[in-house]
Amino acid sequence: MSPHDIFLISPQLSMAGLGLLVILADLVFSRKGILTWVALIGLALPLAFTLAQLDQLTGGILGSGDQNLVAETGILHGSLAVDRFGLFFNLLVVVSLGLVFLASADYVKSLPRLRGEFFGLMLLSASGMMLLASATELIAIYVALELTTLPLVAIAAFMPNSRSSEAGMKFLIIGAISSALTLYGMALLYGFSGSTTLDGIALALGGPLRDDVPFGSYAVLVGIAVLTVGIAFKLSAIPSQMWVPDVYEGAPIPMVAFLSVASKAVAFALLLRFLYSGFLLFDADWGMLLAVLAAISMTVGNLVAIAQSNIRRLLGYSTIAHAGYILVGVAAVTQGSGISDGNGSFTTLGPSSVLFYLVAYVAANLTAFFAILAIHSRIGSDLIEEYGGVFRRFPFLAVTLALALVALIGVPPTGIFVGKIYLFLAAVKSELAWLALIGAVNSVISAYYYVRIIRVMFLSPESESVAASALGTAPVDAESSRSAASWPTLTALAVTAICTVLLGVLFGPVVEVAESAVTALPGIIAP
Amino acid sequence: MFGIPGLLTLTVFLPALGALAILLFVRGDRLVRGFAFAVGLADLLLSVAVFVSFDRGDTADRFQLIDKLTWISAETLNASYLLGVDGLSAPMVLLTGLLGFCAIIASWSVKERVREYFIWLLLLQTAVMGVFTSLDFLLFFLFWELELLPMYMLIANWGTGRKTYSAMKFLIFTILGSAFMLVAIVAVFASQPSGSFDMRVLLEPGSMLSASNAAVPLSLMFWLFFAAFAVKLPTWPVHTWLPDAHTDAPTAASVMLAGVMLKMGGYGLLRVNVGMFPEEVTAFAWLLILLGVISVLYGAVVTIRQTDLKRLIAYSSVSHMGLVLVGIGSVGAAAGQVTGAGLNGAAMQLFTHGTITGLLFVGVGLIYDKAHTRYIPDLGGLAGRMPVAAAALAIAGFASLGLPGLSGFVSEILVFFGAFKAFPVMTILSVLGIILAAGYILWMLERSLFGPSRERFDSLTDASPLEAIPLVLLAASIVLVGVYPAILTEVFDTAITPMVDAINSAPVAVAGNR
Repeated sequence: MSPHDIFLISPQLSMAGLGLLVILADLVFSRKGILTWVALIGLALPLAFTLAQLDQLTGGILGSGDQNLVAETGILHGSLAVDRFGLFFNLLVVVSLGLVFLASADYVKSLPRLRGEFFGLMLLSASGMMLLASATELIAIYVALELTTLPLVAIAAFMPNSRSSEAGMKFLIIGAISSALTLYGMALLYGFSGSTTLDGIALALGGPLRDDVPFGSYAVLVGIAVLTVGIAFKLSAIPSQMWVPDVYEGAPIPMVAFLSVASKAVAFALLLRFLYSGFLLFDADWGMLLAVLAAISMTVGNLVAIAQSNIRRLLGYSTIAHAGYILVGVAAVTQGSGISDGNGSFTTLGPSSVLFYLVAYVAANLTAFFAILAIHSRIGSDLIEEYGGVFRRFPFLAVTLALALVALIGVPPTGIFVGKIYLFLAAVKSELAWLALIGAVNSVISAYYYVRIIRVMFLSPESESVAASALGTAPVDAESSRSAASWPTLTALAVTAICTVLLGVLFGPVVEVAESAVTALPGIIAP
Repeated sequence: MFGIPGLLTLTVFLPALGALAILLFVRGDRLVRGFAFAVGLADLLLSVAVFVSFDRGDTADRFQLIDKLTWISAETLNASYLLGVDGLSAPMVLLTGLLGFCAIIASWSVKERVREYFIWLLLLQTAVMGVFTSLDFLLFFLFWELELLPMYMLIANWGTGRKTYSAMKFLIFTILGSAFMLVAIVAVFASQPSGSFDMRVLLEPGSMLSASNAAVPLSLMFWLFFAAFAVKLPTWPVHTWLPDAHTDAPTAASVMLAGVMLKMGGYGLLRVNVGMFPEEVTAFAWLLILLGVISVLYGAVVTIRQTDLKRLIAYSSVSHMGLVLVGIGSVGAAAGQVTGAGLNGAAMQLFTHGTITGLLFVGVGLIYDKAHTRYIPDLGGLAGRMPVAAAALAIAGFASLGLPGLSGFVSEILVFFGAFKAFPVMTILSVLGIILAAGYILWMLERSLFGPSRERFDSLTDASPLEAIPLVLLAASIVLVGVYPAILTEVFDTAITPMVDAINSAPVAVAGNR
């Protein structure tokens, strides 16, 4: 293994190393407040390595083409792709983790015993995510999937209450089922193709359906379907969404914030890599399969969200719905003259719309969760009815949360609105106009429950919790530290809120970055 | 005259800047009111400047006062910040400036959370101005959605009665419409070989959408747009949010809602459905006029039964906005025979209904502030106590029922002339609505303003000089347009003539079901 190989996986390695370092520091330092800053400043390292790798690519972040830093002869060949696409997600993971750490500076004070573990496990999970975004081989993918999920399962069960335990348990069991399914799907693919690299599998898949192998090509179809169910677990999309509301409700808020954006983003990265590595040429109606999943996901997520009384559960269902919206962009890859030239080449529109939407979603959802975190630490409740009067007492928090919710509806001038335009454009161009219509109607349904929260914050009379927090007599529960959110949380909140709006107004540069990132996928024509 | 760069941008964003200034600097209720007054007045003057500087000459450009900045020109998306006015939007800008100013004065009686109130009200004005002036579809949609939250807040916070229910109903109906519009806008973009959101291109005969390039059938796009605008107009059967929202909104919000926001629907129909889909609009003219006639008659019949003054005006709005659709239905005339009369009447109706209903709501708001009731049987004999308010209400009422010499008459007669050529039976049916209007307006005036004076109203005072400003302004504009309609029609004509030309030169579509 040459130094160059180490350099190729340095972002992942440094991220994992940082996790271990924080756990060690936890043993050494008696003042636990320092851990936050060790973790936060330490993130500069994976960030620097990611940027250094980007620098090695011709044209940097705005270049185009499927240049891969992993050489044909290197030992990492086939299992890892250090390309613009993977690095895009590395950046997304590092930046969102940094913001989450900044926002949780106060929150972790309520974790006197487990603070080191909290940061360490989050960092380990992040290294798994970065690996997932770059992995191109089934075993590496599986390892990355597990590395992403298991630390988060542990954090989900952190809190000394039954909800948290339930969250951890549900997360673990459903996670285990989906990884079993993933493995089963991988085994079928391997059995069919005799290769574990995506390239190798794609090579074997090319061409029409075969019957010279046991069970014919149907085994592959089953394998792909089962694998999709496994990936849907990480997408938090139908049909593997059952864990979402419980984990969102019971797990520590910063972890949920991170889970809801980064984990979802890299799962989409994986899905896109799978499809574009050659599976799209396989004789199956991908567009229709994914389109139906997308339609069901958003409709179910939005309809069930209406009935929720806990804001975290509500956001859990909302994230299922958003997985559905993003799947629209993934579904829009196969058909139509505007997208594909019919010879295995595709324009950037479909996948780049997914990438842009993910960035916008990261900004908006982090804003929402940071505001909820700050409000929670003041009023000690996540019930929407307890949010009455929040605007009078905490105008900044109310306005930022309202902004985030408006953004999640997809109303301009916010990033998600632009993202939706892109997704719908991709859908219409690939003859999926009906799906765009379903998506649009769904945003109306979502407006109902998002606006309900805004209404309570701005219009309802002051609730008891809010009044108590204003008097400083709020009951203390185990989860909240009772310390008013201080500048780190508010800074993180302000940053994400500003990004949410900026992405809706000056989206040009991000669009360009997304477009050049997807040119790294095989089969995409560079613009 | 020639274009002044930045004039439109200033007109659109001045209220928002005012809102920002109030948020940051202005404290104290009286100061906030005074500041908002100044901003409203300045914006009114700016909108007058826009209207006056619009070149009506034959050789003038169709779109003027263009402000353009490239927003994004990526390969996949191509949008710009593009403001401009044509003969259709210039009067709408004037209307918005006028009613925005009147709404600010009508808000003098708001006593709770005054700062917040005026911030929302001014933001609303910017959003509506933006809708009327954007020539880029993406920007248009942005302003279209921007108007939602201020209006929601105004109704839900400062309204009366079932205000949160009404506000939510308004919001959901509008968002549903705009969801359809968003898909349509995306489809329009995807249907052009060189994708662009520039409305000027789409309105130009020759570079319009063609069926061969369409990503989805053109008629689907047409109806998606129609759904969005029909909710806003509103037409039967998607009008049900309007009576609730109007009744429960504070006076100023009612003025803005009826005066300018319904006009966004009519404006969209003329600009997009008529302007960009000449074939579809001729093919479906029979359906449009049918919906229009149902709205006119249904609205009128329901209005007669109302006992709440605001609800009465709200339902009469449904009836009068139905006339816009009747006017648009005039394009169903035999191929090549379409004249501009019906469309001109529809556009006129937008302006005149804005001023008339604005005046009605301001007057009713005054009465409600002083008499504390809007229940018609409880009122009566107010004319003696409040002569100025009563006179204003009477002028608006007479204009509303189409008295010659007032503005309502002009637009109605144009609509009927235009539509009669295309659909005589339907037109005659819709004239019935005007006869009913005479009934409910006169009955309303008689029961609430005239009759024996009542003891408990003895202490009522008439409108103060400040409160009289909107009454006088709006009444004057009603009379002016009624006496000299060319002040508007010649402006509208510059926009409607090219639309009529496009329709007349469009290939004959499937003949409608007459």
